Amino acid sequence: MADIVGSQLWEVFVRAARGLNHIHVGSVHATDADGAAQAARDVYTRRSEGVSLWVVRSTDIHASDPDDHDDWFGDAHPYRHPTFYEIPDEVGHM
Amino acid sequence: MSVTTGTLVEYLLCLADDNMVLAQRLGELAARMPDLEEDIAVANVGLDHLGQARSLYAYAGEVEGTGRTEDDLALGRSERDFRNAVLIEQPNTDFAHVLVRQLLVDAYQVPLYDALTGSTDPTLAGIAAKAVKEARYHLRRSSTWVIRLGDGTEESHDRCQAAVDHLWRYAEDLFAVPPGFEQLVAAGVATPMDPVRVAATNSVHDVMASATLTLPADLALRTGGREGMHTEHLGHLLTEMQWLHRSHPGATW
Repeated sequence: MADIVGSQLWEVFVRAARGLNHIHVGSVHATDADGAAQAARDVYTRRSEGVSLWVVRSTDIHASDPDDHDDWFGDAHPYRHPTFYEIPDEVGHM
Repeated sequence: MSVTTGTLVEYLLCLADDNMVLAQRLGELAARMPDLEEDIAVANVGLDHLGQARSLYAYAGEVEGTGRTEDDLALGRSERDFRNAVLIEQPNTDFAHVLVRQLLVDAYQVPLYDALTGSTDPTLAGIAAKAVKEARYHLRRSSTWVIRLGDGTEESHDRCQAAVDHLWRYAEDLFAVPPGFEQLVAAGVATPMDPVRVAATNSVHDVMASATLTLPADLALRTGGREGMHTEHLGHLLTEMQWLHRSHPGATW
């Protein structure tokens, strides 16, 4: 796919409407930031999916290592959820 | 000053045919661009031009008042009846030719549509208001690509310069006007061509400078498209574009 000289992978984030977060929607190939933004516009927002978009070089994203999954995400702590606690009757409705 | 029907129809056909023929040229590239992103982008641009062509043909048919539909106008007229500028019909020789042709068209369409949003003809003004947004995006895309290619590698620069050297001779035809054009300008329906030419030329010069490309001088210019005098390429394009409609008139799907 990346036949164009210097083509890189860029991650695309689209904001669907004012007040919402930019959400990751996919990636595009491009040789520079302008090209990436234009490719993202054409590939991901032609049907009114967004009002704003970001592109970020995929290599600039520092990600968690899947091998670390258990260490990072594996231990479930039920007491970190409010539903873990029983509310005494005298508190009433919170 | 009143505008005769035939004059307005002729003007609308110039605008419509530019878009129709360009849409067909860009459509030829579907599934043939260097990567998936550009494939989608070129199809998007082509469909924008097709949409503009449809609006203009439909309105031309309405003004003409003889019952010709947008299909009749796009698919039922012959080469000598087409009013597109000769630049538009030039083939997709390589990626550089595609983008340089697009830049020259976009640089012309942006100031053209921008001015036509103030047309005294409300339908034409409405079509222009929608089209100018598309044209501005097209110009952004073609400009950045021509700069990227021209100011890129030795190979991309040379190919881009070759495209400029070849296509520049046809660009003048964009500014040619149909018979009775002055009547349309006087009535405020059409926009004068001189300011459009100045704006278009300025944007092309700016892009050429950033792209380290040069416009050829002392070139014998090739015009005549607005009078139906086309290069050898249009007939082949129309054959492919029209054969289905002509072989099976009235076919629907």
